[in-house]
Amino acid sequence: MRRFFKKLFEKIIEGILFLSSTVTSLAIVLIVIFLFREGFALFGRSPVEEGFVIAVNNKNPVSEIKASQIKDIFDGKITSWKELGGNIEDIVLFRTDDISNYFSEEELGENLEHVPAKISELINKTPGIIAFIPEKFTENDFAGKIITTDKITAGKFLAEKQWYPTAQPAAQFGALPLILGTLWVSFAAILFALPLGLATAIYMAEIANEKTRRVMKPLIELLAGIPSVVYGFFGLIVIVPLIQKVFNLPVGETGLAGSIVLGIMALPTIITISEDAIRTTPLSMKEASLALGANKWQTIHRVIIPYAISGITAAAILGIGRAVGETMAALMVTGNAAVIPHGLLQPLRTIPATIAAELGEAPQQGLHFKALFALGCILFLMTLGINLLVEYISSKRKNISR
Amino acid sequence: MSNDQYLMTNNLSDIINKPVRTDLVIATRYVNLFYGDFQALKGITLEIFPNTVTALIGPSGCGKSTYLRLFNRMNDLIDGVKITGNIIVDGEDIYAPETDVVELRRKVGMVFQKPNPFPKSIFENVAYGLRVNGVNDKKFIQAKVEQSLVRSALWDEVKDKLKKSAFELSGGQQQRLCIARALAVEPSVVLMDEPASALDPISTAKIEELIYELKKNYTIIIVTHNMQQAGRVSDTTAFFYLGELIEYGDTKEIFTNPKDKKTQNYITGRFG
Repeated sequence: MRRFFKKLFEKIIEGILFLSSTVTSLAIVLIVIFLFREGFALFGRSPVEEGFVIAVNNKNPVSEIKASQIKDIFDGKITSWKELGGNIEDIVLFRTDDISNYFSEEELGENLEHVPAKISELINKTPGIIAFIPEKFTENDFAGKIITTDKITAGKFLAEKQWYPTAQPAAQFGALPLILGTLWVSFAAILFALPLGLATAIYMAEIANEKTRRVMKPLIELLAGIPSVVYGFFGLIVIVPLIQKVFNLPVGETGLAGSIVLGIMALPTIITISEDAIRTTPLSMKEASLALGANKWQTIHRVIIPYAISGITAAAILGIGRAVGETMAALMVTGNAAVIPHGLLQPLRTIPATIAAELGEAPQQGLHFKALFALGCILFLMTLGINLLVEYISSKRKNISR
Repeated sequence: MSNDQYLMTNNLSDIINKPVRTDLVIATRYVNLFYGDFQALKGITLEIFPNTVTALIGPSGCGKSTYLRLFNRMNDLIDGVKITGNIIVDGEDIYAPETDVVELRRKVGMVFQKPNPFPKSIFENVAYGLRVNGVNDKKFIQAKVEQSLVRSALWDEVKDKLKKSAFELSGGQQQRLCIARALAVEPSVVLMDEPASALDPISTAKIEELIYELKKNYTIIIVTHNMQQAGRVSDTTAFFYLGELIEYGDTKEIFTNPKDKKTQNYITGRFG
């Protein structure tokens, strides 16, 4: 009887363990599926806001306009139909609100019931018009021609340079500036953090005495525990004004500020991992080097660093990963300009900062909302790639040291 | 002989057949060594003759490895070590303040208990000592690497794979590589800290054969736990017990007719 209960108890424990691991794995898989389902829903859609259309005069030979051209037209950058392959005719912009410029209140009716008919009339008599109007106005006896635009594709999403997710009439979803911004900031952060972190790790592992190490190690681990908003605040108060003053810039919120802050944030990762790697160098190997007449520095750079190199690489890549995914601090100090960065002294914008800043304003299930999820997918793939790289390097390391 | 003199010859056989100095004297006088409060060596006085193999034997913790590490100042790496007395290598007190430790370690090579090649190619392992000592001449390094590998009886086994990682060699080959690495910087003394304890019997036999060969050109001090090995390879034997030198003399004499009771007990396997 007792043995039966013992066995039952074991089975229950086993079941609980199995269940928790299944639930965890399932949750991870579901999150990824959810992310990709939402993100991929962006592709194949028209960038014109749902429920609205763009219409032109019936005689206008142009029947398809690219989304980026629509934006330029409504921004006043394209002023003639000729630029779009049409007649020599000035473009007349028309938004639904503009109707009161053309017709009096009586003509439109008390409850604006005549608006669709009047818009149709206006389009019919103005050859150069381009109108951004609700789709339902075009349902009965519409005199104009509805323009088609190109669909959003994954290729355009990755390659286009304009990120205006709320632009009307056609939103611009070009993630390239954000992707480049993220990569720029992250790599520049590593440029700051790797030499500093590696030097600290070497100092702690090889040179510092036990007492110093016992003080430094918890301090560095503390660095990892500081909330990112505090780093962002520090960057905003200290680093941003400093950069503004030193480089004599109009604003200090730049990629450089972002990289410094993210670099500081990546330091604990880099230091702890590379220090561990350096510490795994067998004492006998160091002794062998010293016994051959090498000094401490020669031993460090000819034996210890080559021995620990894969660990150090992994540390650098994980540091990049930390910087790539960092949201709050990047949002606070990079200036958030969604343009392709040409230097670190310009404002730029990272993917996580974009998601954090815009998700609150994006209407659910709208194009903007889905575009942010698509950005999330890109970020996920970036960090996944980074993790796979680390995994690959660590597996190689095991082969070397056996 | 300095590197410049080697460069003038440029001929491999000249380098390999170079005569080795025989005027070397190693001696310690009243050496005490403390790890903090613990005295690991107690007034050791000993003289070692050139071109001999001296075996240091004794039970674990008797101080024989510590004693061995005096000669290339490897004990310096441990915090809280205090040493008194004189340790003479080549007529100079190596613990005098003006001693160049790098120069000393070039003169006194060391082979460790476990094979510990660097994570580099076979060639670079042997060339390491030359490179850290500032030798850049490619031809010289090449000749030196070959000479050292020939001397450590490894050349025939590795000559076609010098670029391969040292970790691809077997344990015994790795240990001979470590010996070659030590020989490449032209030491006059080679310290060996239980060099065969991590190896199989066949590799051990090869190492012992090698030690016998090396005796012609080098003064060798070897720590060993293996009584048979001490008997086979050494000319003189020193028996240590609890930090003291109990007996030192001709190996045959010590093994057949020990003067001290403790030596006899240890050699006959009553303790240790």
